[in-house]
Amino acid sequence: MADLLSSRNLRRALPWVVIVVVALVLPAVLPPFRLNLLGRFLSLGIVALGIDLIWGYTGMLSLGQGIFFALGAYALGMYLQLSSLEPGQLPEFFSLYGVKSLPAFWQPFTSPLFTFFAIWVIPALVAGVLGYLVFRNRIKGVYFSILTQAALLVFFNFFNGQQKLINGTNGLKTDTARLFGLLVGSDAMQRHLFWLTVVLVIAAWFLCRWLTRGRFGDALVAIRDDEPRLRFTGYNPTAYKTVVFAVAGALAGISGALYTVQSGIVSPQYMAVPFSIEMVIWVAVGGRGTLIGAVLGAVLINYAKSLVSEQLPETWLFIQGGLFLLVVTALPDGLVGWWRQGGPGRLIAMVGVPPKAATYPSLDLDPEVQAEHSDIDTTPRGGAS
Amino acid sequence: MDLLYDTLFNGLAIGSVLVLAALGLAVVFGLMGVINMAHGELMMLGAYTTFVVQNIFKAVLPEALFPVYILVAIPLAFAVSGLVGLLLEKTVIRRLYGRPLETLLATWGVSLILQQFVRSVSSAFAIGLLLAVVGGLLVPRLTPKQWWQQRWTPLLGTGSWIVSGLIGIVVASLLGGQRVLDQPWFSARNIDVTAPVWLRGSIDVGAVNMPAARLFIIALTVVALVAVGWFLQKSVWGMRIRAVTQNRPMSDCLGIPTEKVDALTFLIGSGLAGVAGVAVTLLGSVGPNLGGNYIVDCFMVVVLGGVGKLAGTVLAALGIGVLSYIVGSGSLLLVWPAMPAGLNELITFFATTSMAKVLVFAVIVVFLQIRPAGLFPQKGRMVEA
Amino acid sequence: MTTAQPAMNLLELRGVTVSFDGFLALNDLNLQLAPGELRAVIGPNGAGKTTFLDVITGKVRPTKGDVLFRGASLVGQSEHRISRLGIGRKFQTPRVYQNLTPRRNLELAVRGPHGPAALLFGSLSSDQRDRVQHLLGVVGLESHANQPAGGLSHGQKQWLEIAMLVAQDPELLLVDEPVAGLTDEETARTGELLCQLAGDHTVLVIEHDMDFIRDLQSPVTVLHEGHVLCEGSMDQVQNDPRVIEVYLGSETQEAA
Repeated sequence: MADLLSSRNLRRALPWVVIVVVALVLPAVLPPFRLNLLGRFLSLGIVALGIDLIWGYTGMLSLGQGIFFALGAYALGMYLQLSSLEPGQLPEFFSLYGVKSLPAFWQPFTSPLFTFFAIWVIPALVAGVLGYLVFRNRIKGVYFSILTQAALLVFFNFFNGQQKLINGTNGLKTDTARLFGLLVGSDAMQRHLFWLTVVLVIAAWFLCRWLTRGRFGDALVAIRDDEPRLRFTGYNPTAYKTVVFAVAGALAGISGALYTVQSGIVSPQYMAVPFSIEMVIWVAVGGRGTLIGAVLGAVLINYAKSLVSEQLPETWLFIQGGLFLLVVTALPDGLVGWWRQGGPGRLIAMVGVPPKAATYPSLDLDPEVQAEHSDIDTTPRGGAS
Repeated sequence: MDLLYDTLFNGLAIGSVLVLAALGLAVVFGLMGVINMAHGELMMLGAYTTFVVQNIFKAVLPEALFPVYILVAIPLAFAVSGLVGLLLEKTVIRRLYGRPLETLLATWGVSLILQQFVRSVSSAFAIGLLLAVVGGLLVPRLTPKQWWQQRWTPLLGTGSWIVSGLIGIVVASLLGGQRVLDQPWFSARNIDVTAPVWLRGSIDVGAVNMPAARLFIIALTVVALVAVGWFLQKSVWGMRIRAVTQNRPMSDCLGIPTEKVDALTFLIGSGLAGVAGVAVTLLGSVGPNLGGNYIVDCFMVVVLGGVGKLAGTVLAALGIGVLSYIVGSGSLLLVWPAMPAGLNELITFFATTSMAKVLVFAVIVVFLQIRPAGLFPQKGRMVEA
Repeated sequence: MTTAQPAMNLLELRGVTVSFDGFLALNDLNLQLAPGELRAVIGPNGAGKTTFLDVITGKVRPTKGDVLFRGASLVGQSEHRISRLGIGRKFQTPRVYQNLTPRRNLELAVRGPHGPAALLFGSLSSDQRDRVQHLLGVVGLESHANQPAGGLSHGQKQWLEIAMLVAQDPELLLVDEPVAGLTDEETARTGELLCQLAGDHTVLVIEHDMDFIRDLQSPVTVLHEGHVLCEGSMDQVQNDPRVIEVYLGSETQEAA
C-alpha cells in the first residue's frame, strides 16, 4: 500500500490529477464563449492524434483527413437535422430544392444507435477502402500525399455540389437541434460537450498509446523507417497501413462530430484543402511521434489562430506560412521533441549559463513513447525507463 | 462528326492548359523528387505579371503597341516566376533535400505567404518588407566579426531578423498613414486581363468554333513543349539534368554540378508555371487563389504520367483534359440521345465541371490499380531501393 | 543440367532470366540447393548476385523461368508470403530499424504470427522471449539491448541483422555479404555461426571475401553476367580456366 504513494506513482498520477481538476474548474471560470472555443480546439486534438499515428509513427503524410473529419461531422449533423422533426416532416432546406421525400441514405440517420456507430465506422470504412486501394499498389511518400489531397478535393466537390442531397455549400446547422432534451447551442449543453470532449481526447490518447507502445507500434515505426525490409521479415505492410489509416479515419470522424456540435454547423468547408493541411501543421508544431504533442499542437495553433484572427486577420496567413517554414526547417521534432531533447537547456547555454550535467526535467506525461523516440537524445533520462 | 471534333478541340484546349501547368511540376518532380505546393502560386504570379504588363502598355505606351503586350508578358512572366522559384530553391528546398514530405509542407507555407502577399501588398507594405530584408541581411556586415562565432550567435541571427522585421512593420504602418501608399496594388479582388483584339475572335472550321484564345494557348503549349524537349535533349545543361534525374550520386561523382542543376531546373519549372499563368489570364478573371484551382489537377497529371518522360506528362494531361470535358459537358448525351434512362441520369449527375473531377479521380484510382507507377514506369534495380 | 538429384531440392531455379529494359541482369540461370546445404555464391560486380536474391525473395519477378521452393513455385508471390514460407534474407548493407532497440528489432523478427491482430492482442510467448534473449547473447548485444540500434557500430549492426535472420528461423537463409566491413575476428566468428546454422538450415552466402569463403569449406557457385559459370569446391573453382579468366585470375596467383 505504501507503494501507491511512492514518488514515482505520484509523479505518474500528478498530470492526471491536474487534468481532471482543470477540466472540472474551467467551465466555472471561463466565459461560455472561451470555453466553447477550448472545447472545439480539444476536439481537433483527436484528429491530430490520428494524423500523428499515420504520419508521426507510420510515415504516411495524409493531406486528406478532412474527408473523414467531415464524414463524422455530417453523420451527426444529419441525425440532428432529423431528430427534432415531427414524423413525416422533412428538414427545411429540402423544400428549397423541391425535394419531396427523404433521400434513401438519410433514412438510417433517424436512429441514434446507427448514428453513434456511423460517426466513426463510416469514416473508418472509407479510409480503409481508399487506403487499401492505394497501399496494395505500394503507392507511398509524396504520391500518397497528393492522392489523399485529390481525394479530399473530390469529396469537397461532391458535398459542395449536391444541394438536393445534403444542402450543398450551405451545410447543415446543428446548434438549433435538441439532443437529450437540451438545445445543442445552449450553454448547459456546451458545458456537457466540453466534458465529453475532454473524456474522449483522453480515451483517444490511451487508444493511440496502446497502439504505439507494443510490437504493433514497433511495426509501424519499422514501416516508417524501412518498409521493404519489413516485408522480407514476413510482414505485410499493406495490412498494417490499412488498419492504422482506418483508425486515424475513425478518430477524425469522432473529432469532426464533436467539432460540429460545438461550432453549430457542418459544411463542405470542413473538407477544404487548406484545413486538412493545417491539421498536419498542428502535429508538426506540437511534435510528431509524440502523442501529447499532437494534442498540444492542435490547441496551441488554433488558439493562436483565433487570437490573431480577432486582432489582425490579414496577418494570419503570413504567420501560418511562416510557421510551416519554421517548424520544418528549424524544429523538425516540434515543440515537445525540442523540449525532450534538451532544447531549453541549449537555449540557456547560448546566453552563457553552462549546461548542467544533470538532465533537464522532461515532459513526463508519456515516458514510454518518449523512450522509443529519442534517438538523438543521448542524455540519460531520469526515471523514465 | 462535328460534335466529335468539337469535343476533341475543347478537351485539347483544357488539356493544353494542364500540360503547360503541369510541365514544370513534372520536370522538377522527376529531378528532385520534390512536389512544389507553391507551383500554383507561381502560376498566379505569372498571371499578375501579365496584368501589370497590360496596365503599363495601356498607361504608358502608344495604343498601337497594345496588341503585342501578351507576347512581352510571356518572357517577363517566365522571368518573374522563375526568379521567385530560384529564391525558393536556394532558401528553403535546398535545406530539405531528401525529405520530400517536409518539402511538401514547407512549399505549402510559401504558397500561403505568396497568396496573402498578393492580397495585401501596397507601396507601404513593399517598402517595409524591403527594409526588413535589407536590414536582416546587413546586420552581419555591420557588426563585429567575432560576434558571429559565439555560442549565442544563433540567438543574434534570429534576433536581428526579428528586430529588422519589427522595424519594417513599424515603418510600413507609419507609411500606411498616407492614403496613396496604403492603397493595395491588387487587393483580394479578382483582376481582369483584356485580351488583345486578335485573341478575341474565333475561327470556324466546318461547324467547329475555335476561339482564338484557345488556339493561342494550344500553340503556346506546343512551343513550350518543343522548347523544353529541345533543351533537355540537345543542350549541355539539358543533358546534365537528364543525367541527374537518372542517377544523382553517379552524376555527382562525374563532376556534374548537381546543385546548379537543381537550381536551374527549379528556375525553369517555376518559369513554366509563370507562362501557364499568362495562358490562364486569357480564360477569365484571375485572383490570388488561382493556384488552388489548378494544383490538384497538376498533381494528378504527375501521378498518372509518371516521372522522367515528357510524353507521360503530355498524355496524362490531355487524357485528363479530354475526359473532364466529355464528362463535364455531358456531351455523351448529345451523341447518344436515346440512351437508357438510368445511364442518362448517371451522366447528367456528373455533368458539371466539379462533378467531372469526381469521376476523373475514380478513373485515376482504377487506373493505378493496373499501372501503379503511371503510364511510363521506370524499371531496374534502383527502383524502390 | 547437373545429374539427377538424390533427394528433392529445397530450392531450385530453372532457366531464370531477368531483363530490365533489354539489359539481362540474369540470363538462363539454373541452380539447385539441397536441404541442409551451405553454399557460397561468388562473382564479379554486376554478375547479378543481388538480382538473384531479389528473384528468390520476390522483389523482382523473373522475365522467364521458374523458382521452386520445396517443389512449389515462388514466382508471383509477394515478399512477405515468401518470407513466411521460410526464406529469410540479410541485406548487403545492414538494414536494421534504427529507431528501435536491438531487443525490439529481434522481437519484430522472431518467428510467430505476423498479422496486425496478433501483434496488437497477442504477446510474446516465453519461448520467443528466451529466444530473443539468447540471440542477444550470441551476438554480444546484451549491454546495448535497450538503446536505439541507430547508435550501434557497423559490425554490431551486421550481427544484429544476422541475429534477426536467425530469430526468423527460416529454412533457407540468404546472406548477402555478411562480413563486409567486419574485423578479422568478427569475420571468423560469423563464419562459425554460419557453419553452425547449416545442417538444421540451408544457407546461401554471397561474399567477396575469398578467405572467408575458403574457410566455410562449402561448394561454390560462380556467377558471371547473370549465368552460372561453374560449380564445385573452392579449389576446383579456382583452377577453372574460365573463372580465372573472368574473375579470379590475379587472386589465385596471389593465393598460390
